[in-house]
Amino acid sequence: MQGQIDTSALTAAEGAKGKPKIVRMAGKLAYRNLFHDRLSLIVTLTGIVFSVVLVAVQCGLYIGSERMIAAMLDQSKGDFWVVPLGTKSFDDPSFLIGHEKHVVLSTPGVASAEELVVGFAGWKKPKGGTTAVLLIGSDHKLGSLKPWNIVQGSIPDLAVPDAVAVDDTYFADLGVEKLGDLAEINNTRVKIKAVTHGIRSFTTLPYVFLSLPRARMLLDAAGSQSSYALMQLAPDADAAAVRAELTKRLVDREILTQAEFRNRSVDYWLFQTGAGSALIAGAALGMIVGVVIVAQTLYSSTKDHLNEFATLRALGASGGYIHKVILFQAIMSAFLGYGIGMVLSLLVIWATKGTTLVIVMTPGLAVLLFALTLGMCIIAAISAIFKVTRIDPAGVFSR
Amino acid sequence: MNERAKEPERKVLLEAEGITKVFGSGTFEVKPLKGIDLKLYAGELTLLMGPSGSGKTTLLSILGCILSPTEGHLSVAGNSTTGLDAEGLAKIRRKHVGFVFQGYNLFPTMTASENVMLALDVRAAPVVDPPGHAVAALTAVGLAHRANAFPSKLSGGEKQRTALARALAGRPSLILADEPTAALDAENGRAVMALLQEVAKDPNRAVLAVTHDHRTMPYADRIVRIEDGRIFSDDRPDKNAPPQSHDHHAETHHRVVSKPVDSEKSLRGRYRIRRHA
Repeated sequence: MQGQIDTSALTAAEGAKGKPKIVRMAGKLAYRNLFHDRLSLIVTLTGIVFSVVLVAVQCGLYIGSERMIAAMLDQSKGDFWVVPLGTKSFDDPSFLIGHEKHVVLSTPGVASAEELVVGFAGWKKPKGGTTAVLLIGSDHKLGSLKPWNIVQGSIPDLAVPDAVAVDDTYFADLGVEKLGDLAEINNTRVKIKAVTHGIRSFTTLPYVFLSLPRARMLLDAAGSQSSYALMQLAPDADAAAVRAELTKRLVDREILTQAEFRNRSVDYWLFQTGAGSALIAGAALGMIVGVVIVAQTLYSSTKDHLNEFATLRALGASGGYIHKVILFQAIMSAFLGYGIGMVLSLLVIWATKGTTLVIVMTPGLAVLLFALTLGMCIIAAISAIFKVTRIDPAGVFSR
Repeated sequence: MNERAKEPERKVLLEAEGITKVFGSGTFEVKPLKGIDLKLYAGELTLLMGPSGSGKTTLLSILGCILSPTEGHLSVAGNSTTGLDAEGLAKIRRKHVGFVFQGYNLFPTMTASENVMLALDVRAAPVVDPPGHAVAALTAVGLAHRANAFPSKLSGGEKQRTALARALAGRPSLILADEPTAALDAENGRAVMALLQEVAKDPNRAVLAVTHDHRTMPYADRIVRIEDGRIFSDDRPDKNAPPQSHDHHAETHHRVVSKPVDSEKSLRGRYRIRRHA
């Protein structure tokens, strides 16, 4: 091949008929650079996976906690809640003054109202010992809040005076084993007539569902007293006007919308107690660690390929083209890390199913995690981009 | 001393006038180029020769639009580079300049044909069949059979031919080669020079090769010698004349002792030289 050059093939290729297209190689170069150094890729992916799993678990715990805190509120259907003044959360009950339901029902624009009695009580285990429980007394026929996820027994079974419903995940705490077991609440005999599954409280105190009169009796409340009154507006009612009227008529009580009561409960348990802040801090820490690890490995990968980037620059590649290669590397890392991280997160969630840890993965959280992973990798690429921005194409000569 | 070759009646593809380059200032000022006038003509292989520190690489960097001159005017394929920023110079490079480097500078993670396709991408050169075009460029340098080989599997000569195919992709009007034979044995060096000679026969292309290698001289249409930042001679050798002994002007009595990172520094560093005993 001594000096034989045959450009006819090249001329023919240039003269070929058809629609010309621009070849796209930046993605392939990024892919090859990424997979060229397997060890570096493993370190990058470890960082991303660590972040994804940590953030997924922390956010999943946060959502799980939020759902636990708001479970009773989410199961209730109402427009306004009448709550004792200064109530911090649904699980922080005290009693209203009394007769609120009648005041509410006599207010123009109100379609219906129900009462809830919530309070702490002592549960005496059949084989000895006591534990604190949270009684939820409601109208199981006409009211909106009643036990759900019933796995044994039924709502009508709770009509019996001494009937209660408890959650099977609390059986050990309550010292019971099955439907029909007997126990005592505040020294009064109760019988388990229904069993739910998965209704857990954020405070870890077991919920005990029972009828409204029975709850009043066990908590020594008057017949007109309740912890909360929940109402539904008539279809054409002016919500603001009804609220203003109720506020005027029910002094020393608060009128909250469903959303306000929910937010107040969540805010109290997650932020005033610091539990939620710890979860968010954990998630943030995971993100920071992820950014640092990915930034470090991307930077070192860029340094390893600096001569190639300088060559690209010398060949005439724009700064944007080179940044694109690095960003492609970051995005590919994000996709891979996210995929592996999500699989591991789902495994963690599966492994903790049935335990006291409630970790939730929602489609929204999955999308948020992907956006965070992508953002994390792109932020991590900035240091590498700075490095190539200062690259000197003249460095390619006479190496 | 400045013998100038008679200018042929060919298309001028590169025109440099009064190119001066100054690095640093005050006592640290270095002036590697002191008013270079040079035209490159289509259809010619020009060798740029000179001793280390004479300003060859700085001139190549300026002619290749990698560095801007401190003074003077440069026009590449009819496009003036005066006042262009880094991106503007990069645009001129990708449209009109193909580079061949001493160290090949192939992308190790890409096959030979992918290296060529990468150049097509950088040049944003639309072609009907990009992979076919890449293979055609490799065919032109006799490497079609190695199209799918990674650089680590190619010999030095094959690597340099791949680099030449990459430089040819997109049909730039100017090919600039930096010591293209320095890393090659004699046989491969001859093969690469013969290819450059052939490439230069294109009536729409000029080739400039910076070299120390006197074995490359027989392939040149024109030899420009540079010394101390000035053109020392500009000859069009008679190719039919019998071979002559080496020109000792170009012998390397000096050696570069440092290679700083940024271009100003790196090129300034080339002038911090140590004389051999």
